[in-house]
Amino acid sequence: MELQLQSDRQALDQGRIVNEFAFTVATKNGSGSQTSNNVLVRALFKMGIPVNGKNLFPSNIKGLPTWYTIRVSAQGYTARRATTEIAVAMNETTAAEDISSLPAGGVCILPQEWNWGKSRADITYYEVPVRDIVKQFDIPAERREQVSNMVYVGVVAQLFGIPLSLIREALSDNFGGKEKPIAMNFQVVEAAYHWTADNLEKSDPFYFEPMNATAGKIIITGNEAAALGALFGGMTVTAWYPITPSTSLVDAILQFQHIRQEPETGRNTVAVVQAEDEIAAAGIIVGAGWAGARAMTATSGPGISLMAEFAGLAYFAEVPIVIWDVTRMGPSTGLPTRTSQGDLIFTYFLGHGDTRHVVLLPGSVEECFEYGWRAFDLADQLQTPVFVLSDLDLGMNNWMAEPFTYPDEPIKRGKVLDKEALEAMLAQRGEWYRFRDYDGDGIGYRTLPGTDHPRAAYFTRGTGHNDRALYSERSDDWVQNMARLHRKFETARTLVPRPVVDYDPAKKIGIVSFGSNDPAVREARDVLAAAGIETNYLRVRALPLTSEVREFVHSHEHVYVVENNFDGQLALLIRMELPEDTTHTHSLALGDSLPMTSQWIVDNIMQRERK
Amino acid sequence: MATANRANARTNILGLTREDYKAGKSTLCPGCGHDSISNQIISIAYELGLDQHRVIKLSGIGCSSKTPAYFLGRSHAFNAIHGRMPSVATGATLANHELIAIGVSGDGDSGSIGLGQFKHLLRRNVPMVYIIENNGVYGLTKGQFSATADEGQFLKYYGRNELPPIDLCLEAVIGGATFVARSFSGDSKQVQTLLKAGLAHKGTAVIDIISPCVTFNNSPDSTKSYVYGKEHQILLHELEHFTPDFIEGRTEITIGDYEPGKTIQVRMHDGSYIKLQKVGEDYDPRNRSQAVELLDRAHRDQLFITGLLYYEEPRPTLHETLKLSETPLTRLPDELLRPAPEVLDRLMRDLQ
Repeated sequence: MELQLQSDRQALDQGRIVNEFAFTVATKNGSGSQTSNNVLVRALFKMGIPVNGKNLFPSNIKGLPTWYTIRVSAQGYTARRATTEIAVAMNETTAAEDISSLPAGGVCILPQEWNWGKSRADITYYEVPVRDIVKQFDIPAERREQVSNMVYVGVVAQLFGIPLSLIREALSDNFGGKEKPIAMNFQVVEAAYHWTADNLEKSDPFYFEPMNATAGKIIITGNEAAALGALFGGMTVTAWYPITPSTSLVDAILQFQHIRQEPETGRNTVAVVQAEDEIAAAGIIVGAGWAGARAMTATSGPGISLMAEFAGLAYFAEVPIVIWDVTRMGPSTGLPTRTSQGDLIFTYFLGHGDTRHVVLLPGSVEECFEYGWRAFDLADQLQTPVFVLSDLDLGMNNWMAEPFTYPDEPIKRGKVLDKEALEAMLAQRGEWYRFRDYDGDGIGYRTLPGTDHPRAAYFTRGTGHNDRALYSERSDDWVQNMARLHRKFETARTLVPRPVVDYDPAKKIGIVSFGSNDPAVREARDVLAAAGIETNYLRVRALPLTSEVREFVHSHEHVYVVENNFDGQLALLIRMELPEDTTHTHSLALGDSLPMTSQWIVDNIMQRERK
Repeated sequence: MATANRANARTNILGLTREDYKAGKSTLCPGCGHDSISNQIISIAYELGLDQHRVIKLSGIGCSSKTPAYFLGRSHAFNAIHGRMPSVATGATLANHELIAIGVSGDGDSGSIGLGQFKHLLRRNVPMVYIIENNGVYGLTKGQFSATADEGQFLKYYGRNELPPIDLCLEAVIGGATFVARSFSGDSKQVQTLLKAGLAHKGTAVIDIISPCVTFNNSPDSTKSYVYGKEHQILLHELEHFTPDFIEGRTEITIGDYEPGKTIQVRMHDGSYIKLQKVGEDYDPRNRSQAVELLDRAHRDQLFITGLLYYEEPRPTLHETLKLSETPLTRLPDELLRPAPEVLDRLMRDLQ
């Protein structure tokens, strides 16, 4: 039996369900429905209702089915729901499935012209003459399909209660205040709104009501947040190759590039290069990072594969770079438009030979912004590649968030010797060797090409070298170098973001998770608590795992490692690093290509705890 | 002792000796053509009074790509991965456009694994000298044919090469390069002239230097051998590169007489000139279709034609195309790297 959310039950008892339900909009890909969906999300946000929209779209330019789910939650839950109470069925090829997936008491809005009839007695149907409503207006042929999607915006606004003024504001936001498209779309919304008022009788219990829960908040995608973070992080070179779902990250860099122009000249302080492939993208940022730029790329799984050799080189040659992996599903092409956390182990060990990378794991758009800048500081301090693992859900969907906090630390460039610092070091120590561990933290001092000092140059290579940066095939040099790199990795362990921990010693069950699962885990914990299962929670925010993870895992009878990949990769890493805890660490690995639901977590933990 | 020698030695405009432009001892086979190219780089860098700290040396993988360790020891160097030096050079020169980039690649590195990166480098017009040390064979893996090996050639372990060669100069011209030259490692004068002209070029200067592999590909019937090169090299023109007197003291040469019909003078971006003295047929390297025709003929008839094969007024470099700050990106002050808090506040308000 599915455990229903307490809030839903309470609302049902009163006969009205207010601000605690979800709906799905089913359309065709490329039909322009994204505008309508964004407008609905924005308008609900403007009503002060916590809202989250998720796009479940196919790998296709035009024609294949696509779904958009919008969840409102007075309690602020933003995770995906497996079922939604309302279906806006605008795609005839999927309508049967869309209708059959509705729960009893659900609502279906569909075009009247289909003449579908009412196959289910336990749901409410609202049939709307979409074609006739649009026909009244003189819409250019190439815009008609997109504008038709405004009909359901008007219907939803009327049936469930969104003021037209807010729809107009949201349209204005969407079209950047351009009056012509705003008017063209709004006339259709208005017509549908009034047609609904005149012709349909509301017979469902779902209502939007204004709240004050979004005041001061922003709506943004994780990819846009990451782009802003990078621009505030002093990024100077981006090289990339288009790949879903990371493309919009670089698009956003270009969109906001203007905040990084020289005031007097208007010239750019950020170079954005669309490379010929991901190998070249990686090569460009490695060259730039070596020369002293703050360089990054954004890609997804297949791109990471192509970057493997450069990632290994940058680790071994100790070049700071930042690689965003907005993860999608599966090996090869997999499911290119579906979300996943399947690259955790791949990025952590990326490279041939012995490599282990720093991997940051943002769990919110706020953290996408923060790691956007912080990744450069870590890369520079550690002189190594830093990966940031976002995913399609976090990266491409719109999320409510607190306005981003301005970086609270100055830009950290790490151990870079300019001419004067090199002179001082030579005077003080009588030597400087690039890879010598003077401070015991495994991190050497580097000079940048162009440093005007006859002793500044050193030779960078992926070949074996000693601490003087000289070519060496000696085993002892090799082993010493690897040992120092491991020392450096231990330093990384002390510098990466610590986990977020909610711990009460009285509770015996712990949940460990990371990334975009956070909303589902938080909601699941509330549901479980209501059912008498109290849990603690640790959200890992980076690899290597920090000491808090060990303490947390040690101090629970059962630890559930919740993640959205098939193999349970974080659980594998925890077992690898904490072998003594293997027996009470349980992997809850989903990997179904969709954003995680609280229901799945609840069901799985209940099943095990109620044996 | 060293000081005494130094006092007697000739010095250049920077007060450095030729010795100061050397680096580690070569580990290539004795007699390798690549070493002689390294020596020419040392010579011209010394002559021109190149600031070594402004130079970066870049390479891929292979025998050729080892050589940056053997010249200009006071320059930063990056021995990258196989076939991917162009992308590393692109990134490094974007980061700091004041750096003088010298890339060394080979025929495997540029003609096979890195052919894609090579062509995209040219498309972007990344400012650098791109040297291909071309010997038609894979040396470090012991003697496989490369993509520039002669069709029909026979090698001991790998038999007959059944495939036609790729001509990297032809690829470069078609790919949009603005400076394309071919030379022979045995012709030190021509190599030096082309290197100097290449350094003066504001864009990618491709110099394909046939550089015999004494171990795996030096039999007289190979077009990449010493004997073949010495006997068959066809000079397209006599080349000289002049730096005008106003760059005082860097050279004692002054520009010679201009003879119409026999001499072509090409003025370069930095004010220097290349003078091309006619040898045989009329040839103007500024004519693209003539260059393609010549290269096609040379390719078909296995003619070893050397000289400046193609030259055009360079397009904007990648740095210019991207409208980047004049200050190298690596030297921007923090306030230009991180916009002010008000900028973030404004963006956040827009997102509300």
